[in-house]
Amino acid sequence: MSDPTKPGATPADPARRAALKTLAGAGAAAAALPLWARYTHAQSAAPIRVGFQMHATGIGAAYGRWYDRTTRAAARVINAAGGINGRPLEIVTEDDGTDPRRGAEVVEKFANQHRVDVAFGTLFSHVVIGSAPRAGELKLPYFVVSEGHHVASGMLNRWTLQPGITDVKSQVLAVAPFVAETLGRKVTMIFPDYAFGHDHRDFFSEAIAAQGGEVIAKLAIPPTETSFTRYFPRIPRETEVIYHVMVGPAVLTFVKEMGEFFGPSRPAIFGFIDSLEAVDLRSPGLDFLEGTYFWEGMPRYVQPDQTEFDRHFRAEVGIDENGASASDPRDVSTYAHMFGCWETLYIIKRGMEAAGYAGPQDRQKLVEAVEAMTDMPESNEHPQGAKLFNGRTHQVFGQQHVSRLENGRLDVVRTVPLEETFYPDEVDYTTRPF
Amino acid sequence: MEFGPYLMLAALEGAVTAAVLALMAAGLSLVFGVMRVVNVAHGEFYMLGAVLAFVVAGMAGGGALGFVAALVAVPLIVGALAVAADVTVLKRVGYDPERTIVATIGILYILQQVTLMGYGPDARPVAAPFNQRIALPWVEWGAGGPSLYWPWGLSITSYKLFVIGAAVVVLAGLWVLMTRTRIGLVMRATQLDRETAQAFGIPVERVYALVFGLGAGLAALAGVLIVPIQQAHYLMGGDALLLSFIVVIIGGLGSLPGTLIAALLIGLSDGILSVFFSPTLAKIVATLLVALVLVFRPQGLMGKAPR
Repeated sequence: MSDPTKPGATPADPARRAALKTLAGAGAAAAALPLWARYTHAQSAAPIRVGFQMHATGIGAAYGRWYDRTTRAAARVINAAGGINGRPLEIVTEDDGTDPRRGAEVVEKFANQHRVDVAFGTLFSHVVIGSAPRAGELKLPYFVVSEGHHVASGMLNRWTLQPGITDVKSQVLAVAPFVAETLGRKVTMIFPDYAFGHDHRDFFSEAIAAQGGEVIAKLAIPPTETSFTRYFPRIPRETEVIYHVMVGPAVLTFVKEMGEFFGPSRPAIFGFIDSLEAVDLRSPGLDFLEGTYFWEGMPRYVQPDQTEFDRHFRAEVGIDENGASASDPRDVSTYAHMFGCWETLYIIKRGMEAAGYAGPQDRQKLVEAVEAMTDMPESNEHPQGAKLFNGRTHQVFGQQHVSRLENGRLDVVRTVPLEETFYPDEVDYTTRPF
Repeated sequence: MEFGPYLMLAALEGAVTAAVLALMAAGLSLVFGVMRVVNVAHGEFYMLGAVLAFVVAGMAGGGALGFVAALVAVPLIVGALAVAADVTVLKRVGYDPERTIVATIGILYILQQVTLMGYGPDARPVAAPFNQRIALPWVEWGAGGPSLYWPWGLSITSYKLFVIGAAVVVLAGLWVLMTRTRIGLVMRATQLDRETAQAFGIPVERVYALVFGLGAGLAALAGVLIVPIQQAHYLMGGDALLLSFIVVIIGGLGSLPGTLIAALLIGLSDGILSVFFSPTLAKIVATLLVALVLVFRPQGLMGKAPR
């Protein structure tokens, strides 16, 4: 900076130079007006950075692809509407290989290297369980989109929240009455042998017992398994209902081999759509599923009573009426789960706005703001339906669907309102220290 | 399920595993026998077979035609790729046992990651040319003598039978090739003594390239055959490689009949143990077998003791 009082300085020059600078600055700002005008009321125009822990490779890759597309679409829509607190939202993506150890490393990378504001988007429960303790130690808000009961069970920490997707325990509470009333009471369960599958095993066994039913056999299958016929002979002959939920790259093989095993004399079948997420229901070998039932978090096929919010969500993510990519009908989405990323990003936005979030120093305020949330009405922000968030357990509740497979498409036959999916709290995270 | 039909189902499942395993392990064993190269990338050639089957079948319009096109073209493509790898990599490191292990580990990662970058992380199916479910009968000794009935769940598909048949035909062809043809004679001569073979005018390096290509082609063929049952996935080579090593060690490195016997042993024990107990126990038993063979008969069941 030049000093006019300094000997030798010409007093007129600096003033004129400063005036010219101001003019030039104003001119440049005016030229760029549409770019920054949306963020004018922000204290800082630096982007809010959300670390997206993506299952880009490994057994969760199909989910990862669609979680990524949904996340990008939501970020685009949020930014087009002015961002968060007047600041643009930036997604920082890291692949965790669907691996718990790598997951913890990714969380650490987010906090120390990328310096993100929050981490988000993990699905597979073993990765969540592997990563959440590290997020807690680093005091990084960690918004998971996982379905596992590990959040609400009290197993994790104050920094880990699941506000965008319902958990397995509430899902099985919703479907157990349907299974017992409509399909049968002697159930054989087939589930993946890790935390998510164990949630199904434990809570469905309880829920069906409460309906007067009984689980007569439990078949745990490693999620990396590629050949399934050898497990099926353990299904007891008196089974009335098969309850299946499977994940991993071989889900199509699993369902096909189940059909080949049963042949013409299959029992009633109830599955979680997880067994066929990202799989075309008209694939060869799946004909035997006609007339069977599936749980769906959000109906893959457009229903007659489609809401405008579902229409908006499909249009923005690029999904056709059959739940496949609008640009490639063979690229089937993980429609029953991926809305969770969309809704979670909107909750991060709402939480940051309520907390007046300005930077990493406000992370605790953000967690407290989300904990204070309750009602989330059905809207463009919550296209799956209205939700109720329980700040004590860090878990959200919402409606569930049972769909029947007919003519190669799924149609909703029962929608269970969110009030029927409650269970008593098992933890109060708000009493735990930060 | 009753014991009899249960055992039969387990044996049939095991036979399919054994068929695919025998093809793969025969390739691995051939490469080791002739070239003394422990090919760690063998599982990736199997994976490439499955992935390329998806690509070729798609290009040929899918259906039965697509599958036949894949069955013919894919082993040739993968074989050619392996020949190129042999000429550009293995030859340059002089077929030195330690260095070839490191080199093939490198090839493993290159193939796996290129597949991940090009084909993606998804598992994709190839439609079987035919896939009828065949319910199988079981004999019951009733009051009026033996009678047939169809137990619940006891079945196999026509395609799985085809896989078993195809593996038998290919292995028989390989045996004829090795024992009844001139090229087989040349390979065996090279296996017996590389220097003497060269002194007798055998182009050893060309034989090596051919053998490496043939071994990879067998793995790729196994991949093409399995892909309508399982699906093509970029990580599928790992387990397959492990099982083939187990088979080759038990059977005796470089011995084709030993490989076949070991593949049947491992395939059937895997099928039966995993049906009756658990797949984990089946893996434990297979690994235990390897340990026992290494302790009590290090050259393998049919291997010849080193001279």
